[in-house]
Amino acid sequence: MRPAFVTRYTAVSCLGAGLAATRAALIEECSGLAPCRFDTIELATYVGEAAGVDEARLPAELARFDCRNNRLALLALRRDGLDEAVRASVARHGAERVGVFIGTSTSGILQTELAYRRRGADGSLPADFNYATTHNSFSAVEFARQYLGLAGPAAAVSCACASSAKVFAQAARLFEAGLIDAALVGGVDSLCLTTLYGFHSLQLTSAQPCRPFDAARDGLSIGEAAAFVLLEREPPGAGGLALLGAGESSDAYHMSSPHPQGLGAQLAMRTALEAAGLDARHIDYINLHGTGTPGNDKAESMAVNALFAGATPCSSTKAATGHTLGAAGALEAVICLLAIEQQLLPAGLNVRQVEPALQLDYVRRHRRQPLRRVLSNSFGFGGANCSLIFGRAP
Amino acid sequence: MRVRVQGIGVRGPGLESWAQCAAILRGEAPYAPAPTQVPAASMLPPAERRRTTTSVKLVLACGLEAVQAARADAARLLSVFASSGGDSQNCHEICEVLAGSTREVSPTRFHNSVHNAPAGYWSIATGCMRASNVLCAFDASFAAGLLEAAVQCTQTTERVLLVAYDTPYPPPLRAKRPIADAFAVALLLAPESSGGGALLELRLRHAPVSRIRLAELDSQCHSIPAAAVLPLLERLAHAGVGESIGAESARAQAGTGAADAQAGAGDCGTAGEVVLPYLAPLHLAVTVRV
Repeated sequence: MRPAFVTRYTAVSCLGAGLAATRAALIEECSGLAPCRFDTIELATYVGEAAGVDEARLPAELARFDCRNNRLALLALRRDGLDEAVRASVARHGAERVGVFIGTSTSGILQTELAYRRRGADGSLPADFNYATTHNSFSAVEFARQYLGLAGPAAAVSCACASSAKVFAQAARLFEAGLIDAALVGGVDSLCLTTLYGFHSLQLTSAQPCRPFDAARDGLSIGEAAAFVLLEREPPGAGGLALLGAGESSDAYHMSSPHPQGLGAQLAMRTALEAAGLDARHIDYINLHGTGTPGNDKAESMAVNALFAGATPCSSTKAATGHTLGAAGALEAVICLLAIEQQLLPAGLNVRQVEPALQLDYVRRHRRQPLRRVLSNSFGFGGANCSLIFGRAP
Repeated sequence: MRVRVQGIGVRGPGLESWAQCAAILRGEAPYAPAPTQVPAASMLPPAERRRTTTSVKLVLACGLEAVQAARADAARLLSVFASSGGDSQNCHEICEVLAGSTREVSPTRFHNSVHNAPAGYWSIATGCMRASNVLCAFDASFAAGLLEAAVQCTQTTERVLLVAYDTPYPPPLRAKRPIADAFAVALLLAPESSGGGALLELRLRHAPVSRIRLAELDSQCHSIPAAAVLPLLERLAHAGVGESIGAESARAQAGTGAADAQAGAGDCGTAGEVVLPYLAPLHLAVTVRV
């Protein structure tokens, strides 16, 4: 595929707001996970809660979009000059030539969960509850379009935890089709009861901070994040960062468990390599999906080993950020871009002993080494898989 | 951007299959309003079948209808799914449990709550490991899905299955998001070079959204987001898509492709342009050629 060029990126997560905080956390090997004190939730689990979301205020004219998810989105849109860069892109290409594709799994459903607690005597929802601008999966997309004055093709991608990796592939397709010249892509997912109680019901949450690829890992920690990347169809200059390849596949196996040998994951990684015109040996680091559940990490290890034979350094950054679900693909894309910028392999935290059977070169302490191309994995419920390859543009 | 339609599946209020729907749209059969009939998920093993939702059942039935009409191999197809809100009943039940005292969400309900649940079940039912994208663009969801499917089809020069669907929210969400009834449509798209099937030419442009000619179906177009496809289906029905393959080619040879056929490019007749609702003022204009 034709590379898509990265001109601006940022992220807000429990590691902090913006690139400087995220970069510092990666270098200092900090985790943002803390015991869950969110809302009225009484679950013995850790979460990666972003700071400052409750205090964020949407512009008055967009108040109808107000919900935790769009507040989190706004925090990121305002970081690292992202909004100015998008507006400059609009000025350059025209508002209808700039697309918006945002991955989310639960969007603003927290708003509906809270509204259900405030039902009237007749069972009705409160008058101030607005489904379209908060709950609906398209809410953050429409909010971003209105906030930034965008009028081009747009969609929310909702493929569970692969959502915001797939938006990169979708934008690249629209570039190739000549339908747009730039795209704001990203992911936004915020803490809510549905996912916390839902993953708990599947016995997939850990009572401790998650420990991806540790021999004693016992589940995931949920996080929240907003992460955005401004992609351009034409290179802004030589040697910049770019999306070099994307690969998507389906497990066709089970709704909430990965294929035990990671066949779908393998297919996604292989397709991404083919799209980029690269071999496994060209990849210097793999940001693993690595949720910390016994099943995911084992299946992903088998998939990675089938292609990379344990030779490529890899880690999961979810022990630092938590599993940010529909935002994970974009958050980890931003982490990969930072890794290339910093020539730093981020550490996979909380590991006491890497499970030997997994046979990975698992990065437990961050490493400084030349880093040209990185691959990021995102896998989700329903067997949705997406692998992305980032690197310096040729 | 040009793609062919080689198979169609549809389920909606009073609409039970593409053949029956096409006859109604051509004025050959009367439209009888009736609640959407939800088919059994016969493609799934019995254990899975019981755990599925209305949206999954509709998607499987429509997808299969379109794939069979095109004699395609479902296990090899790229797919795009589009829904304005996923499975609404399932969502309501989770919100109700979470507002109660126990908050015991059922694991099945939770995995069925993901927007891509029908896509997941489709891949499991067909054994298809190809890429599948799942979109939401609120009331523009059908056009967003068609655009993505057409882009994939032209770039890969492979066939792509598009399925768009919606299900109605029960109270109390219904008052906030009224969707009249369940509806699903599947289009099996093929590259222009593949020969058979009506040709669609897609363009994004500023134009008023088309209304369906058959007045009885007009309210459905506006009260169910996925039913925004109906004016396009009406053109396809008039173009002879959905008749038996023999009848379609006989009609094409006789040069009577469409009720309103006019001279088109080359040996093609055109059934005219239909504008589907997208992101106002930008809409998706589709010209149907036979």
